[in-house]
Amino acid sequence: MSAETQNHECLCESCDTFDFTQLDKVLDEYRDLQGNLIIILQEAQEIYGYLPREVIKHISEETGYTEAKIYGVATFYAQFRLQPIGKYLIMLCKGTACHVSGADRVEEAIVNELEISDGETTEDRLFTLNNVACLGCCSLAPVMMVKTDEGEETYGKLTPESVIAIINSIRKKEDLEA
Amino acid sequence: MKVLVGQGSCGIASGAKKTADKITQLIGEKGLDIPVKTTGCIGICYLEPIVDVYDDDGKLYRYVQVQPEMADDIVEFHLKDGIPVEKYLIPEEGERFLADQTRIVLKNCGVIDPEDIEEYVAVGGYKALEKALKEMTPDEICQEISDSDLRGRGGGGFPTGRKWNQVKEQKDHIKYVVCNADEGDPGAFMDRSVMEGDPHKMLEGMIIAGVATGAHEGYIYVRAEYPLAVSRLRIAIEQAKEKGYLGENIMGTGFDFDININLGAGAFVCGEGSALTASIEGQRGMPRVKPPRTVEKGLFERPTVLNNVETFANVSEIINEGSEAYKAIGTPKNAGTKAFALTGNVNNTGLIEVPMGTTLREIIFNLGGGVKGGKEFKAVQIGGPSGGCLTKEHLDLPLDFDSLKKVGAMIGSGGLVVMDEDTCMVSIAHFFMNFTQQESCGKCVPCREGTHIMLELLEDIVKNRADETTIDNLLELADTIQNTALCGLGKTAPNPVLSTINQFKDEYLAHVRDGVCPTGTCQAYKKIIIDEEKCVGCGLCKQVCPVNAISGGSYKKAHVIDNDKCIKCKACISACKLDAIDIV
Repeated sequence: MSAETQNHECLCESCDTFDFTQLDKVLDEYRDLQGNLIIILQEAQEIYGYLPREVIKHISEETGYTEAKIYGVATFYAQFRLQPIGKYLIMLCKGTACHVSGADRVEEAIVNELEISDGETTEDRLFTLNNVACLGCCSLAPVMMVKTDEGEETYGKLTPESVIAIINSIRKKEDLEA
Repeated sequence: MKVLVGQGSCGIASGAKKTADKITQLIGEKGLDIPVKTTGCIGICYLEPIVDVYDDDGKLYRYVQVQPEMADDIVEFHLKDGIPVEKYLIPEEGERFLADQTRIVLKNCGVIDPEDIEEYVAVGGYKALEKALKEMTPDEICQEISDSDLRGRGGGGFPTGRKWNQVKEQKDHIKYVVCNADEGDPGAFMDRSVMEGDPHKMLEGMIIAGVATGAHEGYIYVRAEYPLAVSRLRIAIEQAKEKGYLGENIMGTGFDFDININLGAGAFVCGEGSALTASIEGQRGMPRVKPPRTVEKGLFERPTVLNNVETFANVSEIINEGSEAYKAIGTPKNAGTKAFALTGNVNNTGLIEVPMGTTLREIIFNLGGGVKGGKEFKAVQIGGPSGGCLTKEHLDLPLDFDSLKKVGAMIGSGGLVVMDEDTCMVSIAHFFMNFTQQESCGKCVPCREGTHIMLELLEDIVKNRADETTIDNLLELADTIQNTALCGLGKTAPNPVLSTINQFKDEYLAHVRDGVCPTGTCQAYKKIIIDEEKCVGCGLCKQVCPVNAISGGSYKKAHVIDNDKCIKCKACISACKLDAIDIV
């Protein structure tokens, strides 16, 4: 590290908003584990929902991995997100069995209904759509998994109509809670 | 009396949890003392949720497609009064689906509670480990596995015994056992079912591999898309540790073995051995040049046994029953069974396990109950993105490593996707190429650029802008990629394209030469037709057309569409109030 960058304090406003307490526990737990980077990133994403710049910077400082190395790993794997996602993560299976059973029509229905495409999040931050390779529930094709902080639910034998009904029931639930 | 509810991922998705909760609730309300237990997936996915009722004599009554409202009858009549509810019992073809299988790996799936180690021990679990530790030397274990002709179930079919032996011979004092549970092939879920239904079987195989090769640490690399499998594996590891089958001084023999779980982070390429070990090391999961091979320098540069879930799940059977008994199943040099995930346009979808060498006809028409909707069988895609298509002429081909290789396909991990007459083979090839292209890690040029261009060429065909040279270009590129790509994923990426061109050349030619998609799948080959009788020339379609393909039309005079200009967006169809426009 050069003299200029040493002891450099981040001046961005968002840094203050990050609470690293939980992350520091994770870092302590895995500090000495061989090959710990992916595990740390997975745990960090569990905590923050995605990998914010500040978090990556913090991990880099704590572990000694360069930020470049961390970004290299984070951008290689489909699981890691550098942007926040919606409350409900829709993982739409695009595996072979789902493909031959009409997953494209289901995707079209979701895309039209939510007005987002693969990888995007709705403006109200309620839904994110992610196409995934295979969820392994091929006999129920077409399938999607909807993931929230509380857990995940799998829906099978989808049709364009049923998938919209599912989206609407989630919206309804959210409205009620609000 | 006891009740078992199958709760694998697909069972739960079909509502098994709700059914189980309802049964438990009703049992409570009626004051009965009958345990409701969880079990893994028995594999008859099309009949989920499945509820097994064992009476006091151990006789099994299997109820299928049990929705919560059916639970009332089952609890009231069967559990309370002891009279089975005939109308909900499994139909005969469902029984046959199970009876026609030979189950080794899946033997306990759907029978025992995967979250209770006692049940695994009760069916003979960890006996093989005890035998391996107390009665056999590492040499003998390797020899027994070699003699059994067990070959890697992950796709390549490398002899497992030889692999173990090579690791055993390494001088390094630190060695690893790695289980590849990164079942990434779309259309395959055998390994998920084993992990969800009988996790200890796989753990036992891994520990025995440790005993045989002198390794003391194991890693399971499992997909993050399988949360239930991960949680059951964690429970299984905890329980095995408590019972002394795992950890320090196993069964008092002084042998130590530990197992860690690493979650995949969503990269298909990590199913490849060297990419998988790189990923466990916390690196980008990219394959490296071999040699050195994984058995010499694998995980953390140490000698490593790398097998997949199904391979490890076969080990205890071989140690318990002996290699001769194991070899009696299957065909010469292709011993044992293979689990397949049978999906797609077939009546009985599910998980099956049959002896190696079983024919496709047997699987699709006997076990699978034929093609859905009475349609004609067209092809089956085997081996996922690395495999190929088998057609009618291969129906009597024995499915084993060697026979499949001869016809340009491979078992892969065991996904069988059945396709009926309405499936367009060009679009299937396009689908797989899209998959491999997206999953290419980008390290080597042939795969990174080659698959990209192959995908573009296929897109040209699907989008109706190709000619016959496109097919020649595809073949040439495929040849280059096969010969020059760095890893197995790249080398096999052209397989689905090659195999569909080989088997269905006419269909490709129909697209590029005659301008027709025979199955009517590819949108670009469709035409928009305006019914002159119905059209009144109102102009609505003309207004919405984004490419000005619609002309003409005045009072009571029909519109005309230029199909060369049309992009098949179907805006006109939605706009027309008289249903005068159609796509054919």
